[in-house]
Formats: sequence, C-alpha cells, structure tokens
Amino acid sequence: MSDWIAVGDLNDIPQMGARVVSTPNGDVAIFRTRDDQVFALRDKCPHKGGALSQGIVHGSRVTCPLHNWVISLEDGEAQGFDTGCTATYKTKMEGTSVYFSLNKG
Amino acid sequence: MKQSLVVVGNGMAGMRTVEELLKIAPDKYNITVFGAEPHGNYNRIMLSPLLAGEKTQQDIMINDFDWYTQNEITLHAGKEKEVVRIDRKRKIVYGKDGTEAPYDKLLLATGSNPFIIPVPGKDLKGVITFRDIQDVETMIAVAAAKKRHAIVIGGGLLGLEAANGLLKQGMHVTVVHNLPVLMNRQLDAAAAELLQKELESRGMDFRMSANTVCFEGDEHMHVKSIKFDTGETLPADLVVMAAGIRPNTTLAQHVGIYCERGIVVNDTLQTYDPSVYAVGECIQHRGELFGLVAPIWDQAKVCANHLANYGIGIYKNKEVSTKLKVTGVDLFSAGNFLGENDSESIVFQDPKKGIYKKVVVKDDKILGAVLYGDTVEGSWYFQLMREKTSIADFRDTLLFGQHAKGDAGHQGVNTAVSMPDEAEVCGCNGVCKGDIVKAITSKKLFTLDDVRAATKASASCGSCTGLVEQILVATVGGNYNATPSEKAICRCTDKGHDTVRAAIVDSKLKTFHDVARVLEWKTADGCHVCRPAINYYLVCAWPTEKVDDSRSRFINERVHANIQKDNTYSVVPRMWGGVTTPSELRAIADAADKYQVPCVKVTGGQRIDLLGVKKEDLPHIWKDLNDAGMVSGHAYGKALRTVKTCVGSEYCRFGTQDSTGMGIALEKMTWGSWTPAKVKFAVSGCPRNCAEATIKDFGVVAVDSGWELYVGGNGGMKVRVCDFLVKVTSDAEVMEYAGAFMQMYREQGRHNERTAPWIERVGLSAIKAELVDNPEQRRAYHERFLESQKHAQVDPWAERASQAVEQFEFIPLTTVQ
Repeated sequence: MSDWIAVGDLNDIPQMGARVVSTPNGDVAIFRTRDDQVFALRDKCPHKGGALSQGIVHGSRVTCPLHNWVISLEDGEAQGFDTGCTATYKTKMEGTSVYFSLNKG
Repeated sequence: MKQSLVVVGNGMAGMRTVEELLKIAPDKYNITVFGAEPHGNYNRIMLSPLLAGEKTQQDIMINDFDWYTQNEITLHAGKEKEVVRIDRKRKIVYGKDGTEAPYDKLLLATGSNPFIIPVPGKDLKGVITFRDIQDVETMIAVAAAKKRHAIVIGGGLLGLEAANGLLKQGMHVTVVHNLPVLMNRQLDAAAAELLQKELESRGMDFRMSANTVCFEGDEHMHVKSIKFDTGETLPADLVVMAAGIRPNTTLAQHVGIYCERGIVVNDTLQTYDPSVYAVGECIQHRGELFGLVAPIWDQAKVCANHLANYGIGIYKNKEVSTKLKVTGVDLFSAGNFLGENDSESIVFQDPKKGIYKKVVVKDDKILGAVLYGDTVEGSWYFQLMREKTSIADFRDTLLFGQHAKGDAGHQGVNTAVSMPDEAEVCGCNGVCKGDIVKAITSKKLFTLDDVRAATKASASCGSCTGLVEQILVATVGGNYNATPSEKAICRCTDKGHDTVRAAIVDSKLKTFHDVARVLEWKTADGCHVCRPAINYYLVCAWPTEKVDDSRSRFINERVHANIQKDNTYSVVPRMWGGVTTPSELRAIADAADKYQVPCVKVTGGQRIDLLGVKKEDLPHIWKDLNDAGMVSGHAYGKALRTVKTCVGSEYCRFGTQDSTGMGIALEKMTWGSWTPAKVKFAVSGCPRNCAEATIKDFGVVAVDSGWELYVGGNGGMKVRVCDFLVKVTSDAEVMEYAGAFMQMYREQGRHNERTAPWIERVGLSAIKAELVDNPEQRRAYHERFLESQKHAQVDPWAERASQAVEQFEFIPLTTVQ
C-alpha cells in the first residue's frame, strides 16, 4: 500500500532538531538526529501535551520543553522513572527526500 | 554466545550490580547467584525497623524470588549453597552441597562479618550478631519467651538500633560501649551526651568506657551474665554483638585472591584476578573500606559498566556526609567534626528543644559539622565545606542556617517528621510527603537523585532539598549518605561545572562535541542539562566568535519567546527602565488586536506581556513591534530581564536622584547579554526603595550624596536580601560597577545559578576584593563586558522578523491535507 507521504528534504530539518508536519489529526514532529536518522512522533508529550518538536534532541531522545520528560524517538516511551508513550510513525528516506506514514510504526 | 557471570553474595551490593548490568547489557550474560541466606535480596539497612516491628520481611525485600525468575537468573540460596571453593584455573564455583557453576566473569560480593569481641563465652548460646534476618528472628523469639535482660555490645549506630528494637520488643536493654562517647564515629561528646540522655529517658541503660571480661553460661551452655573488669556482673538472657564489621574476605583469601583488610580492587572494581570483580563491604579500594550505601551504589554502576565491556567510568571514593536517624533522633555529621588544635567551634545549643549544632571552622572555612535534633541545614554546611566557601561574611548567622527564613512553597516548615502525609513538601511540583514515602518504598530508592528523578520533589527550585532528605532518611532507615563531594554537571559526565569551564578556555574548545570528546562524555550528544550549560560557557568564553549553537538552547532562547503550557508563546517588548509612550502603547494594543492575543498583562518587572501568541505569528508580531521602535525584552532568557525603577527626582517629592534615567542607562548597557541565569536590576530614587532594589541581582538605591549599590538579592522562591557592595558618588561609577559585576558573574557563575547562590558560594568578600578593592580589575571586567556586548546587542526579533534568520523555526515543514 503506497501510503508514504513526502514531507520534504532532509536538509530542511536541522540536525539534532525537528520540524512540524501539520495533519488533519494534529501535528507530527519529524526529528533528525546528529547521525541523520529520521523519526516521526506525534507532537505531544504523554505528560502534559508539550510540543516535543520544540525540545532538545540528544542521541535518539528528545527532552520535552515543558517539564523535561525525556522521550525515546525510537519507540515514543518516556525514559527514566516517568511512564507514558507517544505514538510513533514509520519513516523512510529516498536520497535526501523524507517520507513518513500515518500508519502507526 | 552468552557468557556466564557468577555472583557470590546475594546482598545489596551484588544485586545492585546485577540490576545495573541488566539495564545496560541485558543479554550479555547467563547469570548465576549464590547466597548463603534462604531469601531473595533484601535491604539490610531495614533490619532495625524489622526488629522494632515497624516493617515486615515482605516490606524489606528489594528483589523477591520472582525477580530472579523474570530476569532468568539462577539463584542458589540457602546455607547448603554457601560457596566453599573456587577453581580459578578451570573457572568453576562450588557450593557446599556440590553445586557447580562455571564462569567467564566472577563477582565477589561477600559483604562483611560482625566483629566478635574475643572474650571467653563468646560462643555460648544466646550470644548473637545483628547482621541478617535470622539474627532478628532470634531476637524476637527471645523477647517473646519473656526473657528479660538483653546486652548490646557496641554503642555505635548498629548497636543503638539493635538496642532500640529490643526495647520495643519489651526487653530491658543495657548498651555496653568501650568508649565514653556514644557513636564516636559520628558524634562529639556534647551531642553524644544528649543522645544518651534521650535514650536513658526511654529506659535504655548504659555502661560506658566498659571492658568486658567474659560471658558466663548456665548448665545448657546458654549465656546468663556478663562480667566487667570492674567486677560488676549483669544478668544476660541475650547478648548482641554490634561492635563493628570486618570485610568478609575468607573465601577470597582461601582461593588466593590478594587481600589486605579487604579484597583489594582497582578503580574498575577488578581484583588481582582479571576475571574476578568485587564490590561492597568486602572490598578495599585505595586503602578505604565501605559500609554506607551511596559509595557502594557508585561501585555497582562502575562495575556493571566494566562487566558489560563498555569500559567507561572509574570508581572514585568521594567525601561524604552522613545523615542518620537513630531511634527517632535526627543526626548529621560531616568532615572533621572534632576539630584540631587551631580550629574553632561555633556552637548553638537549645536544651529544651533538644537541639545541638556545632560547626568546626578554620581560617573561615568549614572543616566539619555535627547536628543533633535539627539537621535541615546539614546539606548546606556540607556544600560550604565542599566548596571551601569563606564563611567570614555570615559567621554571625551561620548556625541559624540558610533555611531560617525566606523559603516559599512549603509553608515555612523545616522538619519533615511532624508533617502529615498529605502535606505538600515540594511546592514547585506539587509533591506531598506521602508521595515521596510511597515512591521510596515502592521503587526502592536510596539516594536524593533517585527521589528527584522519580518524584520531581526538590528537582526544580531545590529549596525543599533538606525536607526531602529528611523524609528519605526516615523512610530508608538507619543510614543514608547525602551529597557526594564533587557535583557533576549531569549524568552524562563525572566532571563538575568549573572543571569543564576551565577546559574550554585552556584547551580552546569551541563546540559541545569538542568538549564531550576531550572530557570523555558518556553520552554522544549530552542531554538537556549539559548541552545548554556548555553552550553558555562557550558563548561566554568566546564572545567574538560564532560558537552559539541554537540546537543546544532551550526553546525559549531558540525562538526568543516564552513557551506556555498550551504550546503558545508570550511576547514581552523591552520597555527601557519601565518607561513607555502613548505611541508604543498604541502599537502594543494594535498588535494584540491583530494577532488576537488572548491575555495582556503587566509583569512583575514593569513590562507588558502579550500571552497566548501562536508560534507562526511570532515573526509577524515582532515585525509590527519593531516598526513601532520596540525590541525584544528577553523575558524568556538567561539574560538581563528588566531594570525596574521608581519615578525618582524628576517627579517624586522625596526623590534624591533621577532613578528612571539611571535605570534606562543601565538597561541600555546591559541588555542582550547572555548570563548563567536570569538577571534583574532595579533602581530606587531614595531609601524608601519603592523599586524594591534590595532584592534584585543588582540594586541601586539613591541617597542624597550619591548611590548605594547592592548585589545578590532575590525575591523569588528563596527570598534573599542583597548584600551591600559599595557606595559611589557619580553616575559613571554606577555604570562601571554594574558592568563589572555582570561580567564577573558571567565568568564565574555556574549555569542556572542565580547571583544569590553564586555569592553565597564564593562569598561577598571575594567579590568585594575584585570589584571594590581593586579598581584595575573592576575596569578590566567592565571593559570585557562592553567588548562582549558589542557582539551581543543584536535584537533577535529584528533578525528573525526582517532578515529571515532561522525561519524554519516558525513554519511547518509541510501540511498534509
């Protein structure tokens, strides 16, 4: 099933940063790590709904800007003693074009 | 293929190492554990409450049998499984009953043995130790049989805990101590005397400076009395030996692993046999032995890392302070609390309240401290001791403590014991005492850092740290170690702020990843704590170079607006000295209408806040405000926030100087500079001080003959009144001092450290010495500040609104229909 959605070029996303993709079902944050891996997560912290796209990215984790919860980009799980999970989506790259799928990853 | 790890010893140290190992390398080993007790892994510190009947065996289990099953660990537990032989050549461990376990790596965590005083009768029935669950069961059984007389040998922590438990079990208890001072490792004579009196009032008896000659038995070889060298004899139905512990090296010595007082290990917790590691009370590391939890937890972490072949981290023995709760009395001790020849003691004593505090001081530095009854200031004294802060400036209030007044958020309470479960301890994060207690017991927490991570209590402003520590002590029982000596920036490193800063300058490091590489960071990209800190240190060290990394900045400083709880932003235009004009107000009103700003509010610092602006509108609203002549107010940054002023001599009939004009001049000089934490100024036109200048980071108060300058105040979570710095007569001097103070703080303050704690750390005298007593140095600071400001005073709003800097921050990558 060809449900991949092209969102733009890898270079439009800052390294150790994120950009937002607006969708009818809410924002999705597309992250780029320092080693150019790309992850897609619902742009909402499981704690109090902070925009994860605005957080500091370190390794394959992001720290929520509201209360410093640390969320894994790989599976959306809160790290440390915090518990909660943010939805993740599949991503792929063709050349430097970034795609994601709204089917949950 | 998986390797095999065998652990000898099923106690706290061994299992903590296994837990740490499972966290980082869960699939590396097949793990086999040998334990001589027929239990899972339990919290030995909790034996005292178990004896006192306050806890059950289930309560004190850290890992029950299910845990071993779930983690696929083979557990051989029980007397018959005790390890009696190790074939180091063939790498096989043998239990007493013949159980064999081959290993690739072996971990010895054999703990310690109680010291048995070598007198006749020590092997009689009824002479026991206080070391494991079985000992406690024996004590409870003796008490239940209505036997009356218990003797405890040893007036240290363990002995008093045992004595207290036996007292609660209904026995008559006499504590026998060979010195005149109880708990002589932690207390001085005065505190020990208070403790002894308190315990005597509860019915405990003491024989101090007493030497035991022998124990006498009855015809069943059961102990019946104790005899002293004074000739005195006391009846004894039970004798508990609690006169200290010795590392248990029997097995290690038996198999030829090098031991001195303990099993000797290197900084990676490796013994002289490279396949064999050792942790806990059985080891000797650089001459030291161990008995407290915190250092052993550190060992577990380092050892697990090396067992996982990660090879990062060395164990460093850190200076620790001890907070104790002995039989319901709070005690604290740290450092050299007895003092030496040329040291002095500052003492506070309140016999009615049962409070005793002693701080030992030499050359205005704290050498050590003993606190009895009221320990809330313990961590503060320890911090002063660790930082070698001069206490000359606050000697007279030292013993009243840092928390004597001014803290907001926990109702002025400073003793946790009397608080009900529903009382709020941490006002920042809404954490009640009950929440903390529950987290400590259910998640098995032992350190302040763990409690912070798990509950967020004391994790924000930190003013309730003392309370949280008290709750931790009360909940985990007998012993607990407070803060380690060198405080690392975060978990990514062992290095402290000052070390990192020095390295940035000395080695000319220009990026976070340079710092991480040179200083051997444990994580690839750091974390949200160290990245912003290092980014600040880089910006401060290299003001003329482009070292600022927006990815290491918190969102507020990245997009120059304050993120709100609903992910909208607030916008505060700068309003120099708090003065505005009708046309500025009109422009603000127009912008508020145009961008449908839901809330317009006057801030605490005399500025106007537009709250609830959508992120994509930010560059547009800034453009409109820029066009009306306004720039960013930096209300979001670790930077100069505001200069608050009163109206001053221009209009006020009491005003002595033009405070408004001075405020504007100061704000024009200092705006745009990045600082370790936020900075607030104020200028008052007369000593009535309507601008509240004496609770600001830098406060200026006009007097008829000039200006008084004040520093290090704070009106926030911890109220601190400024220290008086100096009085000057000219406006130019005010500017020079302000610039110099800013630069000194920028260069010396640690990231996130406001000027108030900075001044308390380095001491006002140190600041005066550089700024007041040394005019050349003051001018140099001022010049460095002005130089740095040449590159810093760029309006970030204009950059983004008109010059399209970092536009990607404000617009979506794309929109999916």
